[in-house]
Amino acid sequence: MKSPVPLRPARLSARDVLRTGAIGLRTRRTRVVLSALGIAIGIATMIAVVGLSTSSRADLMSRLDRLGTNLLTAEAGRDPYGQEVTLPKNAVAMVQRIGPVQHATATGDVDARIRRSDVVPEERTAGVTAQAARPDLLTALGAKVSRGVWLNRANERLPVTVLGAVAARRLGVTEPGEKIMMNDEYVVVVGILEPIELVPNLDRVALVGFPAAERYFAFDGHPSTVFERSPDSTVEDVRAVLARTVSPGNPVGVKVSRPSDALAAKAATDKGLTALMLGLGAVALLVGGVGVANTMVVSVLERRQEIGLRRALGATRGAVRLQFLTESLLLSALGGLAGAVLGAAATHGFALVQGWTPVVPPWSLGGGLAATLAIGALAGLYPAVRASRLDPTTALNAT
Amino acid sequence: MIARRRSAVPDGAADAIPAAASDTIPAVTPGAVPGRVPSAAPHAAGGVAPRGAVAGAASVPPVVELRGASKTHPGPVHALRAVDLTVEAGELLAIVGPSGSGKSTMLNIMGTLDRPTTGTVHVAGWDVGALSDARLSALRARHIGFVFQHFHLSAGRDAVDNVCDGLLYAGVGLRERRARARTALERVGLGHRLGHRPTELSGGEKQRVAIARALVGAPDLLLADEPTGALDTASGKIVMELLHELNAAGTAVCVITHDHDIADSLPRRVRFRDGEVVDDSGRAGSRLPEVGA
Repeated sequence: MKSPVPLRPARLSARDVLRTGAIGLRTRRTRVVLSALGIAIGIATMIAVVGLSTSSRADLMSRLDRLGTNLLTAEAGRDPYGQEVTLPKNAVAMVQRIGPVQHATATGDVDARIRRSDVVPEERTAGVTAQAARPDLLTALGAKVSRGVWLNRANERLPVTVLGAVAARRLGVTEPGEKIMMNDEYVVVVGILEPIELVPNLDRVALVGFPAAERYFAFDGHPSTVFERSPDSTVEDVRAVLARTVSPGNPVGVKVSRPSDALAAKAATDKGLTALMLGLGAVALLVGGVGVANTMVVSVLERRQEIGLRRALGATRGAVRLQFLTESLLLSALGGLAGAVLGAAATHGFALVQGWTPVVPPWSLGGGLAATLAIGALAGLYPAVRASRLDPTTALNAT
Repeated sequence: MIARRRSAVPDGAADAIPAAASDTIPAVTPGAVPGRVPSAAPHAAGGVAPRGAVAGAASVPPVVELRGASKTHPGPVHALRAVDLTVEAGELLAIVGPSGSGKSTMLNIMGTLDRPTTGTVHVAGWDVGALSDARLSALRARHIGFVFQHFHLSAGRDAVDNVCDGLLYAGVGLRERRARARTALERVGLGHRLGHRPTELSGGEKQRVAIARALVGAPDLLLADEPTGALDTASGKIVMELLHELNAAGTAVCVITHDHDIADSLPRRVRFRDGEVVDDSGRAGSRLPEVGA
């Protein structure tokens, strides 16, 4: 005897599940576009935020790489009794004797009022101060001359100055050869520097040679800040002995710092902002998800007859549930894809305007799509279950 | 297997039923449904004697068999009162009655969309009361085709896609679904409308698409609920002719209608009033139109 064919509902193939799930999307396009838009905005925000912060951090890191993180400064401060510490004149020579040190140089504070010319009242100093600098400062800092020349053995004895980028702008000096007034002397500007990223406070300074400073501006010849570079692996060792070396008599009054730390700290503060923006993106995504859920609930209500018909054609509750869940997933995946494209495009556009290399981390794309699918599943679950629980006879007679 | 055996049937007969039923599972080509010899299978209910027994022949179970089926809605409203009805394979009958007489409830119960409050229903040999919802769905996919008054076509999709849906839940692959949908559409005379959407079709054409969708799965029973109710006379006539043709090819067709003209054009008429069968022109199990006419 032949055994009867078991009565078992057929399983839909993955392709049929997708095709059936797409029917609702194909027939109601405007609504699909609008509700996918909500998801798209959320995903685009999140991907753009991650992409931009990654691009900006990558840019910062490449700048740090270029500038080097091996520059240390030792600055004269105050001792525990509040007295100003004076670094010895031979501080640079002593630092150069620390084994691994490759470059050592110094600047010294010069007490001079700086004006554009004698018609500017003395009290309007434009916020530019004077410092004495050694000719090797440029190499040690990795700074560049924008126009004109830097200090050298010859002109460091003459009443000439090299202006930092900000100082030049504040004084209105655009070309070497112009003169500015320091105390009551005119000095010739021989060069203008490009911004110095590692030590931005030198941008606001007019630099003169040590000998010239001593001769024309009553400078005492004591350095106030010592700069040194050593190989990366030895930075911590040098740091440990730097204060004692530049000021053996009063090491406590010397402030040793690593200028690149400030840039690194900037990268870290960006993270806080990124988290905030990501949160905003998540809220947008959530709102988008609510939109999808709403669309699905309405869709189920409108399509009760279709649900009834499908049940009559032999769809199981599971098949109906799967159809609406698939529709919801497709709907949000559509939004997610559009959002990923938008977010990546926004990142590229903004990064190019900023002159950064655009970086969109793959994990953010993957995460965005995963979030989309999770939202789609959550949003579709309730409407799908409702659809599957409809009584076929009621559904067929619905109007 | 669970639902197949009917407990009170003598052993030998009971074994014969599932075997025979499995043989009647539609051959998967539409239009090639074998004509079925109606035969009275042995029945359990209350030890009723086999009616018109055909000894020795492979017995085909009735496509639908109701025994004492009642449906009560909360109220209480008695939509059906202890209805006994047997539809043999290959029969063509009308269920006729005024509105509120229980016709629609009959359609739902015969189509396994609903279960009776009391009594038993067998469809193609399966006891509906013993089947889970999922298995009932499979039963509908395999054995029953529906045609509704308002067609229930999917608006945005063409005729072929609409007809394909009739096979979707029977586990037929897309390519074959399409091929069979085209054949079915040609069979209902719509070979020139394959790519048309419902909005581009006349009412009669829409109903023929719906009929193609119902017959594409080669069901044992086609249930048509007021199939001409939304059509003009000429279209209605074409639709009725089509149903006759389908029946001639072997499918049992049950037309639910309130229209006596339509009912009178069919060989067997079961009249309903207030949830009860008041007249059955084919009660004796005979399919001859002359009986009771």
